[in-house]
Amino acid sequence: MTNPLLAVKDLTVDFITRHGTVHVLDDVSFDIGDGEIVGIIGESGSGKSVTAYSIMGILDHAARIRSGEILFQGRDVLGMNRSELDRWRGKAASIIFQNPRTALNPIRSVGDQIADVLARHTPARASEIRAKTIDALKQVRIPDPERRSKAYPFELSGGLCQRIGIAIALACAPRLLIADEPTTGLDVTTQAVIMDLIRNLAREQKTSVALITHDVALASEYCDRLIIMHAGHVVEVAPTAEIIDHPRHPYTAQLLRSVPSLVDSIGELQAIRGSLPDLRRADLPFCRFAERCDRRLPICDAERLHLGPALERHAVACRNPL
Amino acid sequence: MTALLEARNLKKHFKLAAKWPFSTPPKLHAVDGVDLVINAGEAVGLVGESGCGKSTLSRLVSRLLDPTEGQLLLEGEDIGRLSTARFARSEQRRLIQMVFQDPTESLNPLFSAFDLIADPARMLLPRAGKAELRRRVEAAAQAVNLPLALLERLPHQLSGGQKARVGIARAIVVEPRLLVLDEPTSALDVSVQATVLQLLDQLRRERGIALLFVSHDLNVVRLLCSQIVVMYLGQVVERGPSTEIYANPAHPYTRALLSAIPTLRPGKLERIKLEGDPLSPISPSSTQCRFCGRCPIERAQCRTSMPALRELAPGRQVRCHFAEEALTGLPAAV
Repeated sequence: MTNPLLAVKDLTVDFITRHGTVHVLDDVSFDIGDGEIVGIIGESGSGKSVTAYSIMGILDHAARIRSGEILFQGRDVLGMNRSELDRWRGKAASIIFQNPRTALNPIRSVGDQIADVLARHTPARASEIRAKTIDALKQVRIPDPERRSKAYPFELSGGLCQRIGIAIALACAPRLLIADEPTTGLDVTTQAVIMDLIRNLAREQKTSVALITHDVALASEYCDRLIIMHAGHVVEVAPTAEIIDHPRHPYTAQLLRSVPSLVDSIGELQAIRGSLPDLRRADLPFCRFAERCDRRLPICDAERLHLGPALERHAVACRNPL
Repeated sequence: MTALLEARNLKKHFKLAAKWPFSTPPKLHAVDGVDLVINAGEAVGLVGESGCGKSTLSRLVSRLLDPTEGQLLLEGEDIGRLSTARFARSEQRRLIQMVFQDPTESLNPLFSAFDLIADPARMLLPRAGKAELRRRVEAAAQAVNLPLALLERLPHQLSGGQKARVGIARAIVVEPRLLVLDEPTSALDVSVQATVLQLLDQLRRERGIALLFVSHDLNVVRLLCSQIVVMYLGQVVERGPSTEIYANPAHPYTRALLSAIPTLRPGKLERIKLEGDPLSPISPSSTQCRFCGRCPIERAQCRTSMPALRELAPGRQVRCHFAEEALTGLPAAV
């Protein structure tokens, strides 16, 4: 990839909390190409959502970005001031949140919430905005869009609410869409419909998608490439089929063995030994998986292995890969 | 052989507020005539989408709700007639225990792990002395691989997996015959989920505890359960051995459900998309199939007569007029 749409370079983020400084992201680097669908996979606490929020500039006040760059079409998002960010967000890049009911404003009609985004980024006459709102609703295949645009979030089912979230995110045809666990809490049948919708719209508009999820099976079905995260590190990046068939990082391999859809009997399921290291520790090992790893070598503790910004096709942050 | 638990025509209708004064209030048919058999030491999976009544059914079976109609037999004895309060004081209460969905929200934050596990034993085994109680709690903790050192901790000092273990330990401390589990792993990470599933399977094999496993994750149900019951809008639409249902789902809803699971395997079913929302469970029509409006093989007959749950093959039942067609007309799943 010569010119990625988004390049995250050496992003390091700490959170200052009452209980100490939490080293949430450490030298996270990856990129997303034009029109690509990339899965960012990790368990809870792996830093996948913080990565998404860093890109969108919506981190919590407790967060401190210690170093790194987030280049969107060559421009550093972290260096943008407030008004630049406001113009960029929602237009060039947008996000779909996990819980559609809490992400929508409960006291405004869903049509108004879509119109807000349109009015902000593409000012036009009210009648035009209204027509575009209806189009946006049609695009996410909401039946009876004229009537539904006047509905409030509580009047719609979870699946319909998530479609509104997608309509808001895609209203201005962004180049990058971040979908943060967009189908958690939805039924499998609804999940399939929503994921197909995201994929098809992204393909139509040539939007790149970062799908953030803990569901390896879901990501493998929709993504071109996978980025595996563990405890704030990117541990492996590769095309989907390659990672599923030949995982090289011990963590990826163990993660795949714990996925129910990949095994034939309950005896084959394997849990990952140990738990995430406490990210507040000052003496975090260089490899944050080392303490759970059965392939640990003396060199793992001697120096940090960098998964640098210049990523190969199949990059793995391990001294002793499979 | 009498089944451990048998439900016959079990119904739960919730009365809603009447639209006008003196008019008949509408009823939400959450569970509408369900038959269910669970044998000792058997794992039964109950699947369906949200709102299909699977949680209500699990609460009926564990006697946390009073059924509107129907029988619930525990080892041949009707326990459906006792009120929930009476049942809570009966000898049989300890035989059916429940494990709830979110281990964080279902544990009292002010109780230590020891007290959380001991609580049901104190209630249901009042004659057990202090030493006996400690012995039971420690045995239960050991059975779920919870280190005894953690027993003095409060829930917020435990990890998600440990809390899930406490939830299971407190259910098995009174030596039940049946565990009712309502989405016990949906709040857990996959790696933690794997250990919890294996633990449940081990409890079933070693102690002969039957499981009613409520879930929307068909991958999980496939691994753990030998029997599957599929529900749609308060009714059972398909039931049978899990291997057969996975290999050859007969009801169009089951097919759609199976085709929707993301999988890493090649050669999966072609995706059957279910557009639209399910019909309302409030005063549903008794003369049409409840899957109408979303069914890919819907015909005129489906809108005029409700299909009955009928035997398709020995041990397999389905509620569809055209199940045979679905079986032969479409390619089989992996």
